[in-house]
Amino acid sequence: MAKNGGNSGASPQGSQGLQVRKNSFGARAIRDFKKNYEIYLILLPVVAFYLIFSYAPMGGIAIAFQDWRPGRAMFGAGARWVGLKHFKDFFSSYYFMRVLRNTVTISVSSLIFGFPAPIILALMLNELKSKIYARGVQTIVYLPHFISMVVLCGMIKLFVRDTGVITQVLSIFGFQPQNMLLNPNLFVPIYVVSNIWSGVGWGSIIYLAALTSVDQQLYEAAEIDGAGKWKQTIHITLPCIVPTIIIQFIMRTGQILSVGQEKIILLYNETIYDTADVISSFVYRKGLLENDWSYSTAVGLFNSVINFALVSVVNKISSTVSETSLW
Amino acid sequence: MAQNKNKIKIGPAERAFDIFNVLFMFFLCIIMIYPFFYVVIASVSEPAKLMAHEGLLLAPAGFSWGAYTSVLKNPRVWTGYGNTIFYVVAGTIFNIIMTVLCAYGLSRKGLMFTRVITIMVVFTMYFSGGLVPSFLVVRGLGLYDSRLALLIPGAISTFNMIIMRTAMAGVPDSLEESARLEGASHLQVLFKIMIPVTMPTIAVLILYYGVGHWNSWFSASIYLKDPSKYPLQLYLRQILIQSQMTDMNQTSASEDQALLAETIKYATIIVATLPVLVLYPFLQKYFVKGVMVGSLKG
Repeated sequence: MAKNGGNSGASPQGSQGLQVRKNSFGARAIRDFKKNYEIYLILLPVVAFYLIFSYAPMGGIAIAFQDWRPGRAMFGAGARWVGLKHFKDFFSSYYFMRVLRNTVTISVSSLIFGFPAPIILALMLNELKSKIYARGVQTIVYLPHFISMVVLCGMIKLFVRDTGVITQVLSIFGFQPQNMLLNPNLFVPIYVVSNIWSGVGWGSIIYLAALTSVDQQLYEAAEIDGAGKWKQTIHITLPCIVPTIIIQFIMRTGQILSVGQEKIILLYNETIYDTADVISSFVYRKGLLENDWSYSTAVGLFNSVINFALVSVVNKISSTVSETSLW
Repeated sequence: MAQNKNKIKIGPAERAFDIFNVLFMFFLCIIMIYPFFYVVIASVSEPAKLMAHEGLLLAPAGFSWGAYTSVLKNPRVWTGYGNTIFYVVAGTIFNIIMTVLCAYGLSRKGLMFTRVITIMVVFTMYFSGGLVPSFLVVRGLGLYDSRLALLIPGAISTFNMIIMRTAMAGVPDSLEESARLEGASHLQVLFKIMIPVTMPTIAVLILYYGVGHWNSWFSASIYLKDPSKYPLQLYLRQILIQSQMTDMNQTSASEDQALLAETIKYATIIVATLPVLVLYPFLQKYFVKGVMVGSLKG
């Protein structure tokens, strides 16, 4: 098409007519494909991958509004649409408040206790005079990050049994020996503390990176002005890593309703569902263990929509306030 | 600068803080290391003595290799090891191919549709169909109870792909242009220029994907039925979380065996984690580099 346009350029009228078509979307697209077909071929498997494994499941969300079961059609004549039935069932059920409350409790506790921990660790590592010692400490505190979730949870289960090493050490301080994972009041502390243990070192890396970019001249100037170490930390170090802290905080608040199911379903048991069952573990249990496909998809969709809205809002706020945003 | 610092007098409060800091970090290291140390010494303890012991353990309670002989005689452990190595190697190779293709395509400039494709890709980081619809798609493709279910659906981690794209976008255009002028195709540019130049980033991603496959258990637990295809982590879950011991179920479990089952758990943790613990010190700096790269906005 582009070639034709060039050939008939002699006639003024014809060229004008073609000029319009030459720049039409279709024409530009065809030229683009002709010129860059190799890159589009490279991207073909990638696009296919995302269409099949990310976008096809999004189409599958349709079953949240149906009474679907294997063998029944999802679209077309055979589909049995029920509107918002599953959502109403969920919102009016006893489970709704339970999983929502547990998800928020676990998230907020992780945020309050888990968020400052790596920042404090990074600041303290930064103050170590011996760089060799600092490097040694770093190597050790990063290590738990690489332990698999199954092993981490296996260790937790062994350590907090009534005969476990953690239970026994706590009993020295007057703690009643018991299997801590059978006590509903102890699940959140176990979850949060083990998260900090396995994640604090790894989480500090990003802050350490920010700390290395602090201009050393600022410290020298502050020392000449007579500012002590503490004042330097408050007035120089902290302000320099505040942008990093804000970005990390934004990402964490956007995820306040997404507590992953993996750790939960490895640790929980029926006795402590009251405090341990979160939205994702509920979706897993209903959908894949009890085969309540449509209901589970509805609950999952509720969670995805809320999460997406939260990330969007938080991102909007952050881009107006601090000019740092995710997209 | 270091000399400058030495000239300034260090106050007593500051010195006190430095000492506290050094001690606190030491204490922190102990907290990080002790659980592993405990698992090691518990695994070589005599089961009865271990169960009778109270409080912190600083040395093995008695000494016995019994748990390790049991673990190493357990065919499930070896099957799991073999499967995991397959999933790590095949999965990582496939991950890298797909991630590099995607990153290369999306880092090219002046194409009409890369922006649309980029939005389509990034959107999946923030919204997904959810657990059941994804499961149904994988099952609908006939991948249920197939090893491919652990390799294909997770082929690209969008987060890792963005790291890769950032690295490729950072390669000077002049390198590519001169190759293109000499008539090189895009695939040639990719293999002869982009991949060699971005090898450090690719190495980081190989580690990330590799560790991901090594530690992964959830997909396997929902997609695999046949135990002969189970990765190690799934057997670990049976042994550690669900406390299943086939050897014990077969014979009538005597008290000795029930006790041994306890130390077997510790020995299993060690056997399954040893490769990670051994390789970690050598690879640590690459992992750390990955975090730095990932923290830059793509």
